Amino acid sequence: MDPVTLLTIVVLAVFVGFEVVSKVTSTLHTPLMSGANAIHGIILIGAIIVAGQASDVWILAVALLAVVLATANLVGGFVVTDRMLHMFRARKPPADTNTDAGTGTGTGTGTKGGAQ
Amino acid sequence: MSLLPAEWTALLYLAVAVCFILALKGLSSPKTARRGNLVGSAGALVAVITVFLSVKLDNIPAILIAIIVGAGIAAPIARRVQMTQMPQLVALFNGVGGGAAALVAVLELGHTDDPWVRVAVVFTMLVGAVSFSGSAVTVAKLQELITTRPLLFPGMRWVMSATLVAAIVACGFIVATGSAGWAIALLVLGLAAGLLLVLPVGGADVPIVISLLNAFTGLAVAASGIVLGNVLLVVAGTLVGASGTILTRAMASAMGRGVSGILFGAFRGGSTAGSTTQSDRPVRSTGPEDVAVLLGYAQRVVIVPGYGLAVAQGQHTVAELATALEERGIQVDFAIHPVAGRMPGHMNVLLAEANVPYESLKEMAEVNPEFKNTDVALVVGANDVVNPAAKTSPGSPIYGMPILEVGDAGQVVFLKRSMRPGFAGIENELLFDPKTTLLFGDAKDSLTKVLGAVKAL
Repeated sequence: MDPVTLLTIVVLAVFVGFEVVSKVTSTLHTPLMSGANAIHGIILIGAIIVAGQASDVWILAVALLAVVLATANLVGGFVVTDRMLHMFRARKPPADTNTDAGTGTGTGTGTKGGAQ
Repeated sequence: MSLLPAEWTALLYLAVAVCFILALKGLSSPKTARRGNLVGSAGALVAVITVFLSVKLDNIPAILIAIIVGAGIAAPIARRVQMTQMPQLVALFNGVGGGAAALVAVLELGHTDDPWVRVAVVFTMLVGAVSFSGSAVTVAKLQELITTRPLLFPGMRWVMSATLVAAIVACGFIVATGSAGWAIALLVLGLAAGLLLVLPVGGADVPIVISLLNAFTGLAVAASGIVLGNVLLVVAGTLVGASGTILTRAMASAMGRGVSGILFGAFRGGSTAGSTTQSDRPVRSTGPEDVAVLLGYAQRVVIVPGYGLAVAQGQHTVAELATALEERGIQVDFAIHPVAGRMPGHMNVLLAEANVPYESLKEMAEVNPEFKNTDVALVVGANDVVNPAAKTSPGSPIYGMPILEVGDAGQVVFLKRSMRPGFAGIENELLFDPKTTLLFGDAKDSLTKVLGAVKAL
């Protein structure tokens, strides 16, 4: 690819990254880390390309190892982030997020009842 | 099978990149965060489907099996892991991502003659390998498989310098010749550099290193995008690199440390010498009933939860105690230090798990001025984040870290397991203060007893 175009993309992506992350609330810093972590698991598509073009059995073996590692990063990252974010809930569920918060409170009461 | 036209591929990748940005943007509020994460994961799925449709691939069955294996290993771990072990898990997933990037780069080396692309290859290999082995060390430290103290051996800085020089030489040879032998040498050197970089970091600073390595993996992925000519990898990797950098700096300032001080502080000596022995100075210890009286007749209580609470799985009990006190008309807040727990924001996750609404979780800057009007500060399983040594003792490893000013409160109650110093290994002067009361025991047991006594008041 044309190096100048590539540089343009990189520079813009850096600014988007800075901008978006500086707005993240510190309450959610742990999910932020694990969410960003999941995003770089997209190296999976690189691993798939390399594995799909491997001619030698050793190269294929290494490439498949990369596919396994990258999938673990991608899938694990998104699953665990979702699990964490599911737990964050407000004191009184506001009307506009009725469905999400509603189920949340339900589970919450259940857990609490069990602990008492 | 006919392949997807290049324009379609590019547009789909663009859509995926937008999904990733929305995933990060969603985290600006707990209300939108979960939806954002789902959008991000949908984007990742689209990206994987796109790659199968747009590139001529052999070995597809083997690749699909590898994906199933990877997902089959990671998903159950991600679903079952204890929230207390979250830092280890993030470090683990980060490390395997870095390792994958390094492997992809090595395999692409044979496909290119362009020296500039080879520069991107060596960058990906080196940074990916550092991230892999560095993350492995952080996992071992957090899981306490190895000591959480800084690990140093004589002449370590020279070994480190020699490793870096050798790595740069190897990079030069690879860029010039494309030699596979040098590539393997570079991977080994990168792995060694990761170990040497993280071993000297003390336990309390490990979370910052995780964030830094996260940024490293992002950059490695971006560079691998240049190697493969794939814009999505470039954009996603750069996003993570930029966000990881910001987060690392934000955390370092929350601990009052420079990033270089964290990485190389141990080499300068002196600053890591925390006390290892238990002190036998007298403290004032008491029973749960007395603590209940202190709390039950207060007007304003601030609870400072720390990692010890999480270890004892006492989050649910502390949440019940807060409710019981609120029912008595007492104002109760939780004061959360930015690095409470073992990674930034960790304590918020743990309390969210115990159904504490996020409005009750007060950040340090918000709560510190209020300790003066607080009757009782209840410190549960926290130590370093309330240790005045951070302000008063310039030789201490935590010197300069902003702390929760619990000493300003009328009374301070510590629930502690023992007099053993905290994760950073430093004694806490506040424990010996006349207005401090200690209740020894497992955090959950103590909380259960205090809760019972409060209800009986």
